[in-house]
Amino acid sequence: MAGGLPRRIIKETQRLMAEPVPGIKAVPDEGNARYFHVIVEGPAESPFEGGTFKLELFLPEEYPMSAPKVRFMTKIYHPNIDKLGRICLDILKDKWSPALQIRTVLLSIQALLSAPNPDDPLENDVAEQWKVNEAQAIATAKQWTKMYATRG
Amino acid sequence: MEIDDDLLANSDAGTEDDDEFVELAPEQTSAMDGMDPEEFPYDVLALEQVVTLMVDIIKEVRNVVEIPATTTRILLNHFKWDKEKLIETYYESDPDRIFADAHLISPSRKVAIACSKREIKPRYSVKENGEYVCEICYASVPEQLMSGLECGHRFCISCWTHYLTTKIMDEGMGQTISCAAHNCDILVDDETVMKLLSDSHVKLKYQHLITNSFVECNRLLRWCPTPDCGHVIKGQYVSDKPVTCRCGHTFCFACGQNWHDPVKCSILRKWIKKCDDDSETSNWIAANTKECPKCRSIIEKDGGCNHMVCKKCRFDFCWVCLGPWEPHGSSWYNCNRYDEDEAKRARSAQEKSRAALQRYLFYCNRYMNHMQSLKLENKLYASVRDKMEEMQKHNMSWIEVQFLKKAVDVLCQCRQTLMHTYVFAFYLRKNNQSIIFETNQRDLEQATEQLSEYLEREITQEVLRDIKQKVQDKSRYCESRRNVLLKHVHEGYENELWEYLDNI
Repeated sequence: MAGGLPRRIIKETQRLMAEPVPGIKAVPDEGNARYFHVIVEGPAESPFEGGTFKLELFLPEEYPMSAPKVRFMTKIYHPNIDKLGRICLDILKDKWSPALQIRTVLLSIQALLSAPNPDDPLENDVAEQWKVNEAQAIATAKQWTKMYATRG
Repeated sequence: MEIDDDLLANSDAGTEDDDEFVELAPEQTSAMDGMDPEEFPYDVLALEQVVTLMVDIIKEVRNVVEIPATTTRILLNHFKWDKEKLIETYYESDPDRIFADAHLISPSRKVAIACSKREIKPRYSVKENGEYVCEICYASVPEQLMSGLECGHRFCISCWTHYLTTKIMDEGMGQTISCAAHNCDILVDDETVMKLLSDSHVKLKYQHLITNSFVECNRLLRWCPTPDCGHVIKGQYVSDKPVTCRCGHTFCFACGQNWHDPVKCSILRKWIKKCDDDSETSNWIAANTKECPKCRSIIEKDGGCNHMVCKKCRFDFCWVCLGPWEPHGSSWYNCNRYDEDEAKRARSAQEKSRAALQRYLFYCNRYMNHMQSLKLENKLYASVRDKMEEMQKHNMSWIEVQFLKKAVDVLCQCRQTLMHTYVFAFYLRKNNQSIIFETNQRDLEQATEQLSEYLEREITQEVLRDIKQKVQDKSRYCESRRNVLLKHVHEGYENELWEYLDNI
């Protein structure tokens, strides 16, 4: 692996291009093969349905021994995602395993959109709202999706 | 009893070689109070002895339960190294449950149990042209270069090594490295770790982490808190008793703090927390400032006039009664509002926190003062050593000058005790016994200060005999006062005479 891109990253990128995951697009940056531009579609029957969310994903030097760094670029109203787009997800932290891949990480993020977890909040105000008045929280999330995550 | 030999060796060294400064440190043995009839039994262990101890415990348990050594270690760690509890639980409940709880594969079954229910079909490694593909690096490797635990997940050896190195070096994990597969919580045993690691640095770090978790988990073991000391005290039971490490440091076996008789560990912990946190800062603010009655800005008064205009909200008010300024009239103000309920409440709240602050500062000052003096007494050891040499040049024998060092030992012990009496007193509710305690405290403090003064005086040939007598008398007196004080407090504990203030 000296100097060049590890075989693992090359293979993963090839596979991502050849067999993309439905609802998820990940394209490596032209200038940096460790930096990916990601688009995740809001899952059906979630308050994020109809939205397309931009994320950035970066594979650090130690990847796959340490987790990729992922961040939402599109504003989103979600108890586990903060104002800066940082994501509270166990597999990105202590539950990371080198056997996980970019693909599985992005699928987990998509699943997080379907199932917000206000009991393990990153954004306290949002989580509070989600617990106290879920209907209102969902309405706000839908509104934000419309405002920030819908093109045209 | 290894400690006995050691202490003996130490005092021997002291008689032969009194040049060595460390030997002059206070000799506080476990029986230093002279008031505790049963000595607290403990051993001081060097690092290698700790490892031996760990291996011995593992062997002992293995002889009974007959499972592999590394599995035993993880299991023991799960039971906080309480071997009796392990063996008892092992035979009284379902061993498979115990293995699962400890994130282990039962050696009798060697079947994946804890591996998370759903996914991960037995597709851990895909075969490609007779070789396996490692799911971490995606390289094809022959079977003999693949490795894994009993859970069945297999990765190539180089990825395993890399994975373990990252966990050990970057994340400082020793005890709880799990299988590299996602959602698999089966722990990696030492044998596998040592087999897969090649770098000796990493191996060493791993061994340190293992030993550390062994000591930290084990209630009967405690690291000496001295930085880089590396010795471990092994007690036979947990008790708030003083232990002295080979490095000379004396500390409480139960809490690890400097030896703190007469105060209890729990009270001392409360006190240290109080000193560390900001509660006294806020007390100062409450005692020395007032809030603007309108916008609640905090104001410290720095001039004489009581007509205040809040800088923030421009509200005019009276500093004394905190009411609006208007009714105070144009001549000298008439604080007839002085007695009104609201202002009264504000004032009494302020007086309360002022009193609380003063009380805390009173005890804290004295505590800190003794602590500071105790630090300075270390300098005194050096100056006393010079004096002792000087005196030996003036026809005094070695044995005749030892009284000086002994006096400094006593002085340090008294300071240490006095320092903690202020913590004890801070939380103490006033009753007849507390008054006796305070009298004891005063006597000891007075005598200690006098002893300290004697020791700092110049010793000349003329006054030598006189000063020797005085120092010896005073240090004996200090010792006895200290014992009286400690005995009284301990008796109070036994007979539940002490009442504590619970709201501070």
